Amino acid sequence: MGRMTFVFRRLLLLIPTVLGVTIITFFMIHLIPGDPARTILGIHATPRGIAILHREWGLNRPLASQYWLFMDRLVHGNLGISLFYNVPVVGLITSHLPPTLWLICYAAVLAIIISVPLAMIAASRKDGVRDHVVRAVPLLGLGMPAFWLALILQTTLAVKFQLFPVSGYGTGIGGHLHSMFLPALVVAIALCPVVIRSLRASMLNVLGADFVTTARAKGVPGSRLFVRHVLRNAVIPAVTVLGINIGFLIGGTLIVEQVFQIPGIGSLMINSIFSRDFPVVQAVALVFGIMVVLVNLLTDVIYASLDPRVRFDR
Amino acid sequence: MTAAGAAGQPLLQVSDLHVEIASRRGIVHAVDGISLEVPAGEAVGLVGESGSGKSMTLKAILGVLPPEAKVTAGSVVLNGTDLVQLSGSQLNKIRGPDIAMIFQEPMSALNPVMRVGAQIAEAPQVHLGMNRRQAADRALELMRRVGIPDPERRFRSFPHEFSGGMRQRVMIAIALSCEPALILCDEPTTALDVTIQDQILRLLHRLCRESGTSLVFVTHDLPVVAQICQQLAVMYAGQIVEQGTVQEVLTRPCHPYTLGLVRSAPDVDHPRASLEAIPGSPPSLISPPDGCRFHPRCKFAEEDCTVTPPPLRLIDAGHSTACLHYERCLDDLQAEGAGR
Amino acid sequence: MSAISITPAAGAPQAGTAERAQPRRAHWYRQPALMTGLVLLAIILFMVIAAPLLTSYNPDTQNLNDTLAGISSQHWLGTDQEGRDIFSRLLYGGRVDLQVAFLAVLFPFTLGTILGSVAGYFGGWVDIVIMRLVDIVVAFPFFVLIIALVFVLGPGERSIYIAITLVGWVSYARIIRGEILIAKRQEYVLAAQSGGLSNLRIMRRHLLPNVITQAIIYAMSDIVQDILAIVTLSYLGLGIQPPTPDWGTMISDGQNFLTTHWQLTTIPGLAVVVTGLALSLIGDGLADLLRPGQA
Repeated sequence: MGRMTFVFRRLLLLIPTVLGVTIITFFMIHLIPGDPARTILGIHATPRGIAILHREWGLNRPLASQYWLFMDRLVHGNLGISLFYNVPVVGLITSHLPPTLWLICYAAVLAIIISVPLAMIAASRKDGVRDHVVRAVPLLGLGMPAFWLALILQTTLAVKFQLFPVSGYGTGIGGHLHSMFLPALVVAIALCPVVIRSLRASMLNVLGADFVTTARAKGVPGSRLFVRHVLRNAVIPAVTVLGINIGFLIGGTLIVEQVFQIPGIGSLMINSIFSRDFPVVQAVALVFGIMVVLVNLLTDVIYASLDPRVRFDR
Repeated sequence: MTAAGAAGQPLLQVSDLHVEIASRRGIVHAVDGISLEVPAGEAVGLVGESGSGKSMTLKAILGVLPPEAKVTAGSVVLNGTDLVQLSGSQLNKIRGPDIAMIFQEPMSALNPVMRVGAQIAEAPQVHLGMNRRQAADRALELMRRVGIPDPERRFRSFPHEFSGGMRQRVMIAIALSCEPALILCDEPTTALDVTIQDQILRLLHRLCRESGTSLVFVTHDLPVVAQICQQLAVMYAGQIVEQGTVQEVLTRPCHPYTLGLVRSAPDVDHPRASLEAIPGSPPSLISPPDGCRFHPRCKFAEEDCTVTPPPLRLIDAGHSTACLHYERCLDDLQAEGAGR
Repeated sequence: MSAISITPAAGAPQAGTAERAQPRRAHWYRQPALMTGLVLLAIILFMVIAAPLLTSYNPDTQNLNDTLAGISSQHWLGTDQEGRDIFSRLLYGGRVDLQVAFLAVLFPFTLGTILGSVAGYFGGWVDIVIMRLVDIVVAFPFFVLIIALVFVLGPGERSIYIAITLVGWVSYARIIRGEILIAKRQEYVLAAQSGGLSNLRIMRRHLLPNVITQAIIYAMSDIVQDILAIVTLSYLGLGIQPPTPDWGTMISDGQNFLTTHWQLTTIPGLAVVVTGLALSLIGDGLADLLRPGQA
């Protein structure tokens, strides 16, 4: 089946999941204890304010009808009005999305740049000293709070040594790359342990495989052997692992954006939580959900492109 | 293609080869003092059970042993060069143009993400300096030679789209791609259906006759050896126990193990009342039995068989055996013949 | 393929494949990762449990005459900007964080195991519904959902438990379901079924004990994840509420003093890292032990 058909079929299968995402996001408002409107408004609650929200969110209607209202608005691109900024949420999200996307891609690239060589070093001499070091050090990374690492790097490299801007997004591509290096690095480091481990495992697998012996028997020299035969096969399972963990990568951007004050949707969400701006929180959660779903689809497509066996089996 | 050295010199000369494998339980003596000669243009069969060390021998010759295995003694001389002494990059230059290998499991022996044509064309590109166009033409020609139908289309296929027999043909094409003087075959037909086996064997036989390529053919299957080889060496527990021409060894086996193998192989021309299996199981290669390694399973064993390891000695023109009492085998055969 | 056969007498390992004929569960104490992790965890647990014995200070007692003190014999790790003893805050905070994390992992473990068993064993539409639910929850980044739920439910310990349970059950469900799908085809299950045992009994007595090990291994890394989530929430002020001490709050309290008194923030962070290291080692060690060749 062609690639387009593959993507199309996958998209169709995703529809129930996306619907589910919208249901959960919609339902969040009903998890709020007590009267949602009153709790949200908190100390600013006035009978009039509460009544407005009730009407706005249709809280008096039956549940199904509320969901219909929610979906109707969603399809028309209406994600509500921010309680704090008093502007449509959609606008807030579109303006805050680019920095987050930058951060995610930057972090993914850095994670690959760090992980591949380390996994190679570990796999080339299995059970050697280098192998043990490469396997042990990331264990520290598994338990490391991202915001803590962010604070430390920020203080040492940005404040003390002034190598990078302390905060912000920067202007222009060069500015972005410079300003976002530390935040992207933090997110990448959080991701590396998992990626290194799976890359190493798949490389070891491939290194021991028969076709590598065949290639050696052909006299294929080391570098060509590594790239065309080993790496080409080893990345395939690693792509899957990266895709599975993309949720963590994306979730990690939240707190890192906050520490480095990057104007992305992550810090938007956190600030909206502080200002009790429910519509924004809800909308950002929805956007994140859809983002992960799309990234998983992308991973599937990449995987199918890399592994010729897949297209024909499925 | 390289010339077979001075006239009369064998193409490949393996002398006293030892391969050891480091394992948790001790050192495994996988290959324990093997000597072998492969004349130019001839096929030499290497026969034995699983665990006899025959695959390790081939891998040691080519230098593609797994990381925990090492050649600890001996030499492998191909056209005057000792392969054991060569470094990895030096060996790489020899692999392909001078010596090639065919493996047992064609499915796992081919790179699953690389197109078949590219895999066949790879060695010519690396060794013969061909560009992509030339190498591709060469690959197509090879595919035709080995009998792959519709080569232009198949060129761009992936290994998993081929059947087992076809994949093995691809492997043969890869092996032939730089026209080596010697091809090592590691049980190339074991994983195939019987009918396909026959096709592949005939193909190998024909190709080698046509180009004068030598073969070292490893298998546990005696009839296969009979079909394709001129010389035969029987391996047991890491050592060669009998050597000679195929004709000689199979009709007049001079080692109880060989006798057992012959008797346990079905033979259409001389059907037996029952096939006899060789009792017992292969010995530990970490601490092999004292004396002759076969003696625990041998029905002719005597006291002296348990003391010193018997050497491989010449008993006839070109026929050697490591059995101290090989006459028993011949007597046994005669008795059987008389009983028919 | 190399033709060295794996008989009990001749045991030669092959390159790359994981077929090692060695005994599995014996020698658990010989696993370096597992032992290091257990020892480390034991030390940490001892220190937080024995907190009253190890320090005489109350973690909340402020002493504004002695703020931001360095390391001394009186205050082993110094004091913070409100004069509170850091060492005691570290230990008592560890108590809270570890307690919440360990407890918090139990609920998703149980819920996920139950739902996963049901889905895997019965199959059919039950399986479809549950797995669909899993897909949906998994579609959200873990932390995004947690923080949204905590926001909605209101900050504090109770919300943490609820949020982690609602989000965390999915991984267990997947693991257990996968294991059960394999296990239920085994003969001992068919034997039990033909013996007329009720489904519940089969699941409980026969299937679960065999499939639970994978879930336990996963639980180790899940606890680490929970600790990180709790600490992050507390750092933002949404998790453990002051005055209860906690590592996340300590980090946030100290962040303004990073350039001058970096120990305020660094030490609690290191505590999290070391705890995470111990638990990861245990998880890895268990995984190696129970599935040899998987490393």
